[in-house]
Amino acid sequence: MTLLAVERIKLFSTRSPYWCSALALVLGVGLTAIIAASTDNGQLSIGVTQFGSSQLALSVVLVMAALAVTTEYRFSTIRATFLAVPNRTSALVAKTVVVAFIAAVLGEIIAFGSVGMAKLLSPASDLAINTSGEWRHVAGVGLLYGIGAIIAIAVGILVRQTAGAVAILLVWNMLLEQLIGIIPKAGVKIQAWLPFMNANHFLQLGGDNTAEQAGAGIDFKLSQWGSLGYFAGVAIALLVVALIVAKRRDA
Amino acid sequence: MIEAVRLQKHYGKTKAVDDLSFTVRPGRVTGFLGPNGAGKSTTMRMILGLDTPTGGDVTIDGKHYAQLKQPLRKVGALLDAKWVHPNRSARAHLKWLAVSNKIPVSRVREVLEIVGLTEVAHKNAGGFSLGMSQRLGIAGALLGDPEVLLFDEPVNGLDPEGILWIRQFMHRLANEGRTVFVSSHLLSEMAQTAQDLIVIGKGQLIAQTSTEQFIADATQDTVRVRSPHAAKLREILAAHATVTDDSASGSLVVHGIAAQQIGELAAENQIVLHELSPQRGSLEEAFMQLTKESVEYHAH
Repeated sequence: MTLLAVERIKLFSTRSPYWCSALALVLGVGLTAIIAASTDNGQLSIGVTQFGSSQLALSVVLVMAALAVTTEYRFSTIRATFLAVPNRTSALVAKTVVVAFIAAVLGEIIAFGSVGMAKLLSPASDLAINTSGEWRHVAGVGLLYGIGAIIAIAVGILVRQTAGAVAILLVWNMLLEQLIGIIPKAGVKIQAWLPFMNANHFLQLGGDNTAEQAGAGIDFKLSQWGSLGYFAGVAIALLVVALIVAKRRDA
Repeated sequence: MIEAVRLQKHYGKTKAVDDLSFTVRPGRVTGFLGPNGAGKSTTMRMILGLDTPTGGDVTIDGKHYAQLKQPLRKVGALLDAKWVHPNRSARAHLKWLAVSNKIPVSRVREVLEIVGLTEVAHKNAGGFSLGMSQRLGIAGALLGDPEVLLFDEPVNGLDPEGILWIRQFMHRLANEGRTVFVSSHLLSEMAQTAQDLIVIGKGQLIAQTSTEQFIADATQDTVRVRSPHAAKLREILAAHATVTDDSASGSLVVHGIAAQQIGELAAENQIVLHELSPQRGSLEEAFMQLTKESVEYHAH
């Protein structure tokens, strides 16, 4: 608990998490607002409210989580941290827990904020969250953010530089996994096992809008919750590697 | 007490620290002296568990740093004053440090008071001058009221007032019975700060001794003599001492006998002297002499 308090103080005594959270909120909810504004009243569905949160805002949250680690390396406060807490694994796990929790909460705020924004701009549309699939599609965004944050922190620990870590995360999430689909035949099969693709699969609502959603056309071998488990598994595995490296490396 | 036994740190083929053994005793200020690149910082990082030694061992009161339960309460260190997030206030920086080792948060105000940063405690550390950053670093080191204190080049870049403050401060800490280990590449600074010296060059131990002893051994007293009959005087003195010519000033530098004897010898032989001045060997010269072989980068 002590270490969680330490990481909380550290995170909230600098400005970048506030800025990133605000930016993620504006982008996530803002995109929904644009979609809602350009759709005829009454035609909006739950399935189109989460484009902003699950794509655009997610990238900002990944950057925020990576920054939480890379700035520590950038300003060598990681050394001060390891002096105060020589058990590096517990210090870094505490940081991961705090950042992932904040990311998850932020994810819920953005997801439900987006639904709220859609309701506001398109009051005639049916935007009630009824089925378990709809709940997963909206509330699941928080889980996505939390797990994504773990991946971002792991990459941050491994790379140690802000620019490098951010580049890797953005290219990976926004470009690489999509581009692999271009490879004839094999591409789609590979995509079925890529972490962010599985994350999108978890959110998929099915029904009318399926074709428009990320991850459409890929033959996933896992169930939707299975895909989330897989995404989480990749995140934990990456974190374990990062923790081992951090423990062995000279600080 | 800090104890290093055959400590080694190799980076590929470079031996940053090579078979280094020493002890740092409590109740005294121990200087860690060596030219730039001698391995002082690397050694300090190994003491603090930041770097893993390639070989050998270093312990604080018999324990590795990583084995300390709440290390800040045992060891306070200032390795680099810039290890602070520039957008975090001085108070917030000290607060997270305090919380991490279950040190009461009220202690933050105390240490800020001690180092004289109370007024700027709410300001971001990024805007601090070097002197203020050093003070903040020292505040962090004092937070847990530790028995052992390590400072790496604490006076680097400080103004004379800041240097004096740190010097007196370290003496006070040692007088309280704490172990104070402070590194520097300036012997003249160490001569005024440290009671004991550990001198290293190229990662190897050159000397571990009291500062007094080190200076006495390292510096040689000479006498400068100027005379219109230099050649004759030289002949006479050569029988008693080592004489070298200082061609720049046309005088003789005599090593081995006192000024008094030189004067008497000159009088006996009726030689006129224009100058007879005892010279104290400069500390820096002596130090350079001692570490000449072990300096990593030479200017040519």
